Amino acid sequence: MIKVKGRVIKKGKVRGEALRSTQPISFLGGVDPETGIVIEKGHELEGRSIAGKILVFPRGKGSTVSSYILYRLKKKGLAPSGIINEFCEPIIAVGAVISDIPTVDKIDINLIETGDWVEIDNETVTIWKRGDKNPINM
Amino acid sequence: MYLTKEEEKMLNGEMGYAKQIAMEILVALGKIYNAEKMIPVKSTQISGVSYKNLGEAGLEWLEEIARDGRVEVLSTLNPAGVDLEDWGKMGVDEEFVSTQKKIVETYVKMGVQPTLTCTPYYVGNKPQLGDNVAWSESSAIIYVNSVIGARTNREGGPSALASALTGRTPYYGLHVTENRAPSIEVHVPELRDEYDYALLGYFIGKMCRGKIPLFKGVKSVDNVELKALGAALASSGDLAIFHIEGLTPEYTLKPIEKMERIEVEERDLREARDELNDDSPVDLVFIGCPHASLEEIIMFMEKLNGRQVRKETWICTSRSIKNLCVELGVKKKLEELGVKILADTCPVIAPIEQVGVRSIATNSAKGAWYSRNLNKLKVKIARMDELVEEAVKEY
Repeated sequence: MIKVKGRVIKKGKVRGEALRSTQPISFLGGVDPETGIVIEKGHELEGRSIAGKILVFPRGKGSTVSSYILYRLKKKGLAPSGIINEFCEPIIAVGAVISDIPTVDKIDINLIETGDWVEIDNETVTIWKRGDKNPINM
Repeated sequence: MYLTKEEEKMLNGEMGYAKQIAMEILVALGKIYNAEKMIPVKSTQISGVSYKNLGEAGLEWLEEIARDGRVEVLSTLNPAGVDLEDWGKMGVDEEFVSTQKKIVETYVKMGVQPTLTCTPYYVGNKPQLGDNVAWSESSAIIYVNSVIGARTNREGGPSALASALTGRTPYYGLHVTENRAPSIEVHVPELRDEYDYALLGYFIGKMCRGKIPLFKGVKSVDNVELKALGAALASSGDLAIFHIEGLTPEYTLKPIEKMERIEVEERDLREARDELNDDSPVDLVFIGCPHASLEEIIMFMEKLNGRQVRKETWICTSRSIKNLCVELGVKKKLEELGVKILADTCPVIAPIEQVGVRSIATNSAKGAWYSRNLNKLKVKIARMDELVEEAVKEY
């Protein structure tokens, strides 16, 4: 188990399975708002669903309309349950606030792999690597 | 980040849901940019109006905020996807129009003025030198910073609305005097009209990489040229401020470091033109990006000189200038010649695919840039004289 501290962008507590991208994510055009599946051609998460995951990625990119896409995903139950960034820029920050998705940044995302269990509790991020005791049973 | 008692109350939800969300947005942004405190703003300009950009989700969010959200300062609205009165002339479907009206009504419910223009400074939202404001819309941001000398960061729709609802913005970036100083000197050749300024802006926007240009060698410049220059700089370079030696209000701000220097030659402008030009047949001739001033509309009319247009020709402007054109008889004259004056919108944010336009001719570098990159249209960029000839040409 690893515990690290970051900076709160949107406060809240949430626990779930990590889905990590080393590439930036654009929600407008990059994620299908009807399914929550990454559709950006050639993106390392192409074809994967972000719904209910703790989405871990370096930062957002693209148009400010992306903030509303995050909101739309949330309303459909297809948004990530939490967001961890290296650096959260305004598009993701605004999207997280209006969609009420616990979000923290200034975290070294190399500490987390897809499939790890992660908890965000305001500024504290706790990571259980695959093979660690399943936190759900703890 | 330091918050006053009142700001704390907003953040805690003691002053209602909308103010709480708004303050959360501003605090999140303040953290990201290491702002030490909030400052009051005099006005806001809010983007995120066209149904094409906002979508159902955006409207849903606005409706949620509008339940108890009311603006605290003068707030004006960016253009919509259609002319709310003359939409029939544009050929868009009724469903789009009715959702578009709902979006505007939601803003109005919050106390936002439905100016529906990207040129708020022409219609009563004109701050003073040194005022802090929170504006979105890239062409308006760069105009208000550079030409008026009021201070805004590059806000998006939600953050500008958040400032409208709280009367605050985080203190960082272009609100801080030092960050407004020029960092690159740009020597320019003689420039004839707004078209040359637009090409200059497009070229320099790409060259500047975030540096703040100080243009040198400009003897005089008018409002239409300043507007065209800024809009182009903001489209190709995401710039939010420029200075012109001797002409704009803050050109004397001391540079922090020794300035780099660029020499612009006429062939650079020709290259910029070639980059924006497809030279294909034209479906729609268009001026008014950013929205046309009265003088541009009259200029177009004079160049037309009584000749009938043979192509779809749009002049896009704000409703108040359109109404002025009605009073002055200009609208009637232009309509008799086949020119449509549209308010509230422009081809960049209208559902242009519904209109059936595939190629466009304009004198605006911003209009050309977005028509190509966002709407995937073919583009011809040309001086206003050439646009007039294009409009009257036989097929």
